Amino acid sequence: MATYLEFIQQNEERDGVRFSWNVWPSSRLEATRMVVPLACLLTPLKERLDLPPVQYEPVLCSRPTCKAVLNPLCQVDYRAKLWACNFCFQRNQFPPAYAGISEVNQPAELMPQFSTIEYIVQRGPQTPLIFLYVIDTCLEEEDLQALKESLQMSLSLLPADALVGLITFGRMVQVHELSCEGISKSYVFRGTKDLTAKQIQDMLGLSKPAAPIQQGRPLQAPEQPVISSRFLQPVHTIDMNLTDLLGELQRDPWPVTQGKRPLRSTGVALSIAVGLLEGTFPNTGARIMLFTGGPPTQGPGMVVGDELKTPIRSWHDIEKDNARFMKKATKHYETLANRTAANGHCIDIYACALDQTGLLEMKCCANLTGGHMVMGDSFNTSLFKQTFQRVFNKGFNGEFRMAFGASLDVKTSRELKIAGAIGPCVSLNAKGPCVSENELGIGGTSQWKICSLDPSTTLAIYFEVVNQHNAPVPQGGRGAVQFVTQYQHSSTQKRIRVTTIARNWADAQSQLQHIEAAFDQEAAAVLMARLGVYRAESEEGPDVLRWLDRQLIRLCQKFGQYNKDDPNSFRLSESFSLYPQFMFHLRRSPFLQVFNNSPDESSYYRHHFARQDLTQSLIMIQPILYAYSFHGPPEPVLLDSSSILPDRILLMDTFFQIVIYLGETIAQWQKAGYQDMPEYENFKHLLQAPLDDAQEILQTRFPMPRYIHTEHGGSQARFLLSKVNPSQTHNNLYAWGQESGAPILTDDVSLQVFMDHLKKLAVSSAS
Amino acid sequence: MSVNQQAHAGPPYGQPQPGYQGYQQPAYGGQPLPGVPQSQYGAYNGPMPGYQQPVPPQGYFPSLGFPSKGSPVSLNSDTSSLAPNFIGSLRAPPTSGAPPPASGASLPSGHLAYSQFGHGDVQNGIPASAAPMQRPPASQPFLPGSAPTPVSQTSTFQQYGPPPAGVQQLSNHMAGMTLGSATAAAPPPAGLGYGPPTSVPPVSGSFSATASGLYTPYTASQGPPPTSVSQGLPLAQPPFPGQPVSTQRLPAQVPGFAPPPSSTGIGPSSYPPATGAPRPPTMPGPPLPGQTVAGPPASQPNHVSSPPPPSAMSGPHPAPPVSGLHGPPPPTHPPQPGYQMQQNGSFGQVRGPQPNYGGAYPGTPNYGSQPGPPPPPKRLDPDSIPSPQLNELPPQQKPRHRIDPDAIPSPIQVIEDDRSNRGSEPFVTGVRGQVPPLVTTNFLVRDQGNASPRYIRCTSYNIPCTSDMAKQSQVPLAAVIKPLATLPPEETLPYLVDHGESGPVRCNRCKAYMCPFMQFIEGGRRFQCCFCSCVTEVPPHYFQHLDHTGKRVDFYDRPELSLGSYEFLATVDYCKNNKFPSPPAFIFMIDVSYNAVKSGLVRLICEELKSLLDYLPREGNMEESAIRVGFVTYNKVLHFYNVKSSLAQPQMMVVSDVADMFVPLLDGFLVNVNESRTVIASLLDQIPEMFADTRETETVFAPVIQAGLEALKAAECAGKLFIFHTSLPIAEAPGKLKNRDDKKLINTDKEKTLFQPQTSFYNNLAKDCVAQGCCVDLFLFPNQYLDVATLGVVTHQTGGSIYKYAYFQLETDQDRFLNDLRRDVQKEVGFDAVMRVRTSTGIRATDFFGAFYMSNTTDVEMAGLDCDKTITVEFKHDDKLSEDSGALLQCALLYTSCAGQRRLRIHNLSLNCCTQLADLYRNCETDTLINYLAKYAYRGVLSSPVKTVRDALINQCAQILACYRKNCASPSSAGQLILPECMKLLPVYLNCVLKSDVLQPGLEVTTDDRAYIRQLVTSMDVAETNVFFYPRLLPLTKADVDSDSLPAAIRNSEERLSKGDIYLLENGLNIFVWVGVNVQQGLIQNLFGVSSFSQISNALSTLPVLENPFSKKVRSIIDMLQVQRSRYMKLIIVKQEDKLEMLFKHFLVEDKSLSGGASYVDFLCHMHKEIRQLLS
Repeated sequence: MATYLEFIQQNEERDGVRFSWNVWPSSRLEATRMVVPLACLLTPLKERLDLPPVQYEPVLCSRPTCKAVLNPLCQVDYRAKLWACNFCFQRNQFPPAYAGISEVNQPAELMPQFSTIEYIVQRGPQTPLIFLYVIDTCLEEEDLQALKESLQMSLSLLPADALVGLITFGRMVQVHELSCEGISKSYVFRGTKDLTAKQIQDMLGLSKPAAPIQQGRPLQAPEQPVISSRFLQPVHTIDMNLTDLLGELQRDPWPVTQGKRPLRSTGVALSIAVGLLEGTFPNTGARIMLFTGGPPTQGPGMVVGDELKTPIRSWHDIEKDNARFMKKATKHYETLANRTAANGHCIDIYACALDQTGLLEMKCCANLTGGHMVMGDSFNTSLFKQTFQRVFNKGFNGEFRMAFGASLDVKTSRELKIAGAIGPCVSLNAKGPCVSENELGIGGTSQWKICSLDPSTTLAIYFEVVNQHNAPVPQGGRGAVQFVTQYQHSSTQKRIRVTTIARNWADAQSQLQHIEAAFDQEAAAVLMARLGVYRAESEEGPDVLRWLDRQLIRLCQKFGQYNKDDPNSFRLSESFSLYPQFMFHLRRSPFLQVFNNSPDESSYYRHHFARQDLTQSLIMIQPILYAYSFHGPPEPVLLDSSSILPDRILLMDTFFQIVIYLGETIAQWQKAGYQDMPEYENFKHLLQAPLDDAQEILQTRFPMPRYIHTEHGGSQARFLLSKVNPSQTHNNLYAWGQESGAPILTDDVSLQVFMDHLKKLAVSSAS
Repeated sequence: MSVNQQAHAGPPYGQPQPGYQGYQQPAYGGQPLPGVPQSQYGAYNGPMPGYQQPVPPQGYFPSLGFPSKGSPVSLNSDTSSLAPNFIGSLRAPPTSGAPPPASGASLPSGHLAYSQFGHGDVQNGIPASAAPMQRPPASQPFLPGSAPTPVSQTSTFQQYGPPPAGVQQLSNHMAGMTLGSATAAAPPPAGLGYGPPTSVPPVSGSFSATASGLYTPYTASQGPPPTSVSQGLPLAQPPFPGQPVSTQRLPAQVPGFAPPPSSTGIGPSSYPPATGAPRPPTMPGPPLPGQTVAGPPASQPNHVSSPPPPSAMSGPHPAPPVSGLHGPPPPTHPPQPGYQMQQNGSFGQVRGPQPNYGGAYPGTPNYGSQPGPPPPPKRLDPDSIPSPQLNELPPQQKPRHRIDPDAIPSPIQVIEDDRSNRGSEPFVTGVRGQVPPLVTTNFLVRDQGNASPRYIRCTSYNIPCTSDMAKQSQVPLAAVIKPLATLPPEETLPYLVDHGESGPVRCNRCKAYMCPFMQFIEGGRRFQCCFCSCVTEVPPHYFQHLDHTGKRVDFYDRPELSLGSYEFLATVDYCKNNKFPSPPAFIFMIDVSYNAVKSGLVRLICEELKSLLDYLPREGNMEESAIRVGFVTYNKVLHFYNVKSSLAQPQMMVVSDVADMFVPLLDGFLVNVNESRTVIASLLDQIPEMFADTRETETVFAPVIQAGLEALKAAECAGKLFIFHTSLPIAEAPGKLKNRDDKKLINTDKEKTLFQPQTSFYNNLAKDCVAQGCCVDLFLFPNQYLDVATLGVVTHQTGGSIYKYAYFQLETDQDRFLNDLRRDVQKEVGFDAVMRVRTSTGIRATDFFGAFYMSNTTDVEMAGLDCDKTITVEFKHDDKLSEDSGALLQCALLYTSCAGQRRLRIHNLSLNCCTQLADLYRNCETDTLINYLAKYAYRGVLSSPVKTVRDALINQCAQILACYRKNCASPSSAGQLILPECMKLLPVYLNCVLKSDVLQPGLEVTTDDRAYIRQLVTSMDVAETNVFFYPRLLPLTKADVDSDSLPAAIRNSEERLSKGDIYLLENGLNIFVWVGVNVQQGLIQNLFGVSSFSQISNALSTLPVLENPFSKKVRSIIDMLQVQRSRYMKLIIVKQEDKLEMLFKHFLVEDKSLSGGASYVDFLCHMHKEIRQLLS
């Protein structure tokens, strides 16, 4: 399988694509029997050091319903200067610029190594990036101060020509006018009233003045920028001003009486931010960055009342249909998110509070627009500060790791249809011949809008094989998929990245082993997980789990080798071997388990799960556990309670948390201060090693994980204990526990039990 | 006393209305002619002369002291008689009838007369003094009179001889006169036949005017007699009567005058009332003369009566009068011309006299001289004084007017008289039912248990005991209450009383507050409520023993037991939400639309506020004001400002959601001026800059008020909004208005819509404002229609003030606006006020007029009540009252002071009750009555066509006067117009009300002006309505440069203006300086700093500051007037024969107005007609 692994890896590196199946079953029937759908994880803007963009327009297939981009898979007639579209088989003339084309003089897009190619196109006016800060002022003084500092710092990180705007909110919403000298001016809106975009624009004076009065000289052109610039100004011109303004921000001055929450008009603030950008800069890269320190407590989008005695909704309330405001609020934010997406803007949510802040309701704002969602305890933590700073990180080429207003267009060869996508995108409702009627994720379209993305943003795209069983694909036939991503680069350039891939068709009956061997269990696990998480958003948790279980069992039945009704005979091939384990951990993950998680946390985890690339997703599903000991170099160990040994230091990375856990003995040693004795310098090194590794992870990850340093018996050890496979519990300690390890106090099933059941069910002839 | 008497006297006035056709007292023609009158006259003549010379002089002289008063009185009386009584009284017959009685009575009356005169004059001013005395006589004369009458009658003839009769007798006599033979005879004399009256009236009028002035002087000297003489003259013209009268007076004043008797004859009726105490004294010496004199004077006042004499005269002595008339007439004649025609021959004569009077008036100074000649003077004087021209003129004049304007009651005269009679001594409030001096009189008040007239004035201080009486009289019972009135520095503010934690001591049942009228019983352990008679336990902490008179020992230590006005400290129970209030806030809300910015208004306001904020009202000795301030600017959107002291720069917060107004900030919006001084200064500097380039022309209005309201709500305090607004709010927002100005609606049934708000939106808003204690003051700067009727709704209902500066121009209107603004910001104001008026059982407050809101029928709620705001309350009977206990009013005002202290201000007033209508008429206050009627009418236009309102007004007044005529005046011919002394100005004032812009708009008057004035008047106090409806006209060129005093006012008629003089006219809103074309160049140079008449710019808004005595004097006069008024008046220079003169003439209210308003004389005739119709 080394070959397939390499192939998969190569493909991922070159194209940012990983398919669940790398050899495709050639008929619909066979494909459905494969259980795991034919799907791929696509990282549209995967960083490619070796991919210099070309400075011309792509050549498109002339068939209006196709418009596929010329790619290495096309058949080219150099003499006739014709090329045949590999999707619709339309024969196209090369444009005049390609007159000099020949077999030796090929344009880049025809070269096989350029299965992914990026074009820079000149279209429309280039407008600078826009950053609109929306700041909650109902914060504790300390928090607000920290936030203000972060924001002031961020000004220096923005591109100099970027436009910035400022909205603050508490009981009221203030849109600050940044252009005026002297007196600081802001437009104030009441926090309880939802306004239409038109109203907002009218009230902000953004509606175009009745120009007809001045006939003759159309002043509109010069005027328009003037108008919008009252609220959005280039950073370099109002840098000082804005710094002062931020510095003078006061806490919301309205008194909060005992037993009440401050009145927080997040819903209206967002609505105004959206309306402001909608009116001034539609279809331009813009980030609305919401900083909030608590739940919305009034107006549209309120999540909880202002009475402290009424706690914010929990999963329990939601199940009991006891969350009064949830539906209405969700609807409000969804509407906003959709409008924002339609305008090509994105909303980031930076929520820092000890209690919930309403992420459950607001999640769609980030989810649908590709915005970030960051959850922390306080703005005065490095978690927030560094995460926020990282938003403005630059890539290897000195460019911001952000892109805007992308639209992803997927084209498939005829045997395939597009079932849907799951990721930080919205449908563009592009119907076409290659759109399947069966939806998986956001379906019914071949195009999606991703308002904001970064190099790691990854979408799951699901396909359906539509080839009928009785019309076999000719031997050696290949199916092709083309991903065309148009986006606004952080440099404000418009770019188009085109990735075209092809895979072999195989007859599932005769060539099952090929298909089996080309199974990418990692991608499959993530793809299935995304489906599961996607379902979990709208379905009851247990149903999703059952569905996942059933899928797993069916997969095992299909690809396992066993004798009927003999669990012990059950075997899975290597390409499937890890899959059940992934499923086991997925079942226990916070993406599907709401127990012990608040609705906000669930939303937060799911948000990130739906956009990270394969590696990160896998970490989320099955955290990585490294062990450091004197017994050898650091090594990954099983995510199992048996890995928790007294003389080990464990480093667990769950994506959201980095946990360093000192085993009992190590902890005692550390307490005894051995690390400070020169003769135990190696112990010091041992202690230091995981810290360094953790640091490395912390440096790169977005959002910055919660960093937990704990030890045996420490209260924070629960983060580790809740993740590991409870192979030893208080129930089976003596049955299993000959070897040492840490028993987990849980009634959860362990992987072993899970596997046993799986085997039993897979081999059962009953199901 | 005098008052009462006078009042009586008044009735007699029926003047011979020779001139008035309607008025014409047929009597005149007939009566006078008839033998009777003549005979009477003859009789009179006889007696009169006899009296005059023989008795009067001597007897009178002795009485000089009195006479002096008397004389003036007499003058007044004459005039008054003319005026008051009227026109109708002219009747000779009555007079004739009267004459005899008069003569008879005259003697007695003489005393009375004096008293009356005195009273007359005094009365107006001082009812109280002699009250008891007077009343009795009064009552007696008329009603009981019978008894006396006989006497009088008998005496009448004899009287002349017997003048010495006791005062009472006199009074009786008088009464008798009136009643008895009287009745007819006596009254007439008082009234004087219309014909004569007219003629006479003028005279009287002239006299009165002059008289008043003169009198005073005379009083000192014997001068008075002459006056009397002069009067006499007028009267005299009516030949005999006049003479007699004069004689009477003369007698009183001038020993020589025999005429007094005549006067008596005339005056009798009137006199009787006069008979009050004063008379007696006077009487004694010259009883007869005095009486007689008194009579005439009295008669004059009421009657205007000069008529009486005339009547008498006219009737019998037509000829003589004529002659007499001729002498004086000249001046008057001209005006009279028209009348003349109407006037019967006798009238003509009468007029003659009037003119004479006129002459005399001018001669006022003459009076001085006149005194000397008194007896003869009457006739002679006229001759001597005006005679030459007058004599000549009269004839000519006659043809033009029927009535001599000088003969009809003159407001100027009345005011002067009151001023001279009552201005010198403090008005002590201890006695129940005293009529206070007129509002035009400067007097001090000593609170001895009743509220000062500065706080409460009533239409009548004597309330009919039954509702039937009240209905019969049609005299509205109303009190004009100004709870927070400013007191002169000499008077002490109400004391603040703290009754401790349990709050003010109150009656258990009706909740009346402890006051001087509460009766302590059972050794002081309980008290009986003076309002509802309920007995309440005295709280232990309040217990005090009683002394032997039943008074509490601590009576003088406790303001609430000894004073009419005082304050209680309210406890938390009296506060909203049971929380002590926070100090109030002022919010300045400035229109920054294009118009406001361009006119420089915004800059002006901002500049002014910088310094003005240091003068916010403070309580007592507090170092700084507790009031917080906030700022808002607006055009189509609102801009709030954060001026928190910790900020380096103010912050502006724009609220564009005008559909749903809210306050964007709390902390930092309302700030302490001292703490945020620099930030505020910075803001005020920047506002004009920020909007310098604005092109926004549309404005909103309702949201501005809502914003202020919300701000106060959020701050949980009461307060005041100062809104500076320029245009009709047409921007899309709640309360948006459209231009609905339509002059075509005038005089249609839809005219009322011009006064009604366009939408009820503002009414609801006002309600919310009141609930929060948010008072709205509105400064308007319109360049076109902005619908004051609608914009003013909130202001009006919250107790705020509207100021309007049409076509505001910085140069000319700046001073006025800034002065208004300063005063408005600085003036004392109570917030979140609730007023309730409690009355003793029997009457009940039923209707309220003013700037306030009422959510139920008893509580007057005002978001803000300042020291200039007045509430007029009308009372109706719901049971009988008793004469013994009188009627009590207690006005309790609960308010929040400018420091946030919750207080109760209590005003108590006790009134008399009467079973005789005459008492009612004797204790009325016409100014207050007019105040009430104007407010009533101005409210009426909201719901009825203006014509209906006007007719109702006329009708009510006619009924009032007719009732008097019918029930109180001594019998006289129907043709005689007899006015009650206290109401003799009612017709002239009423005419002014009817002619006011609201009820009869001139062409130049905009719809906004009318609405504006309508609202202004609604909360005016009596002094303001007085000058508003009858402006003050001062001849500047007559001013004494060396003294502080104002020149004597003259009547508001063009014919009083001389081309060679400069006049000043003020009505509380405007000051006009009218310059005659023939004014000496020197004066023009001195006043305007230009060399000729033609160079005077009428664009001046202030007079140039020039260093010469005349300029200084004029400017000091203007400054003095400005200080007196609650608003800074606009100064307008009017050059004679200039365009602006039209505007000016509009304010000459005695003349016919261009918009169709009747002249005083015409209106008087009309009223008389109305009255006669009612009587017949």
